[in-house]
Amino acid sequence: MEVKKPLPQVPPPGWSDVKDLQEWEKYHQTRAQDDKTSNALTSIADTIHHMPGGWIVTTSTEKIFNWARKSSIWPVTFGLACCAIEMMATFASRFDVERFGMVPWASPRHSDLMIVSGTVTIKMAPMLKRIYDQMPDPKWVVSMGSCANSGGPFRHGYHVVKGVDRIVPVDVYVPGCPPTPDSLMYGLLKLQDQVAEFQKTGKRLAEPAVAE
Amino acid sequence: MTLTPADATARLRERFGIDAPADGSLLTIDVPAGRWNELGRFARESLGCLYFNWLSAIDWKEQGLEVVCRVENLDARVALMMRTKLGPGVIQCQTLTDVWKGADWMERECYDMFGVVFEGHPDLRRILLGEDWPAGHPLRKDFVDAEYLPYR
Repeated sequence: MEVKKPLPQVPPPGWSDVKDLQEWEKYHQTRAQDDKTSNALTSIADTIHHMPGGWIVTTSTEKIFNWARKSSIWPVTFGLACCAIEMMATFASRFDVERFGMVPWASPRHSDLMIVSGTVTIKMAPMLKRIYDQMPDPKWVVSMGSCANSGGPFRHGYHVVKGVDRIVPVDVYVPGCPPTPDSLMYGLLKLQDQVAEFQKTGKRLAEPAVAE
Repeated sequence: MTLTPADATARLRERFGIDAPADGSLLTIDVPAGRWNELGRFARESLGCLYFNWLSAIDWKEQGLEVVCRVENLDARVALMMRTKLGPGVIQCQTLTDVWKGADWMERECYDMFGVVFEGHPDLRRILLGEDWPAGHPLRKDFVDAEYLPYR
């Protein structure tokens, strides 16, 4: 009897198999650009919402969840340039964002918010996207400072991403070069307002805010 | 007997026949591109410039590229700015890596940004720009960022 060799099973390449991050990302980009929640959650919420009386459950639980979400936003520390210094000052004792329940956390997997503070170079962009992808849903992004908003003074340079919103969806833009801790704090309060309106459908109610 | 800037000027004139005026402790010398490596070796072995500070280039548009390099004798506190014009359209330049090991990465950066090809460099690849960088050398004056044409 002839024994057939098993067909080779080709696993998707692991991190060590591929040459660089961009090649790696090509295999792992399955999510849509702008959604904030997984499809499973959306369909469950949708089903409950359309059951008789279900909307009472979804709307009131949404309110409680959103209150909880907005009261403990954990930003992942993503300091890229001088804006990061102001971000650190915002988290430190003088301005003390911790009273809003915001704890700077050094792991994307435990975080709800990414504060992109500083210039995003083209070389850094895949890493930024990767950290954003590692964050659990729902997640928000604050673009801090002129560089992250639009490229800033380096917009005409050869090496700078012309606005971080070309890579990840941004919820609040904080202008300034760098923004003062007060500006960033105001932006974070704006973000809390947005989080309070967050819906499971993943649709954003509010347009991206500009904290001015 | 430490080297003084005036000494160094005199020795450079004696060897190369080129005036290298001293501004304080900084000497500036322009050599033809063919004597670039020779000048480097002289600066290291005779003037004691052991410290290789930096190397870069200037794009003078139609006059071509100019390679600039600063080396220092830290004991005597004499700095030497070496410059050479490659000439219009010329991108080849002699390497300094056989004189200072530290010139390696600076020359790679210079190649990356200006496209100067250092002849005799052991490993001339891009160093700073990403691996997916399409083409071109961004600090050249004729470099055009295709994404931003209307605003340039």
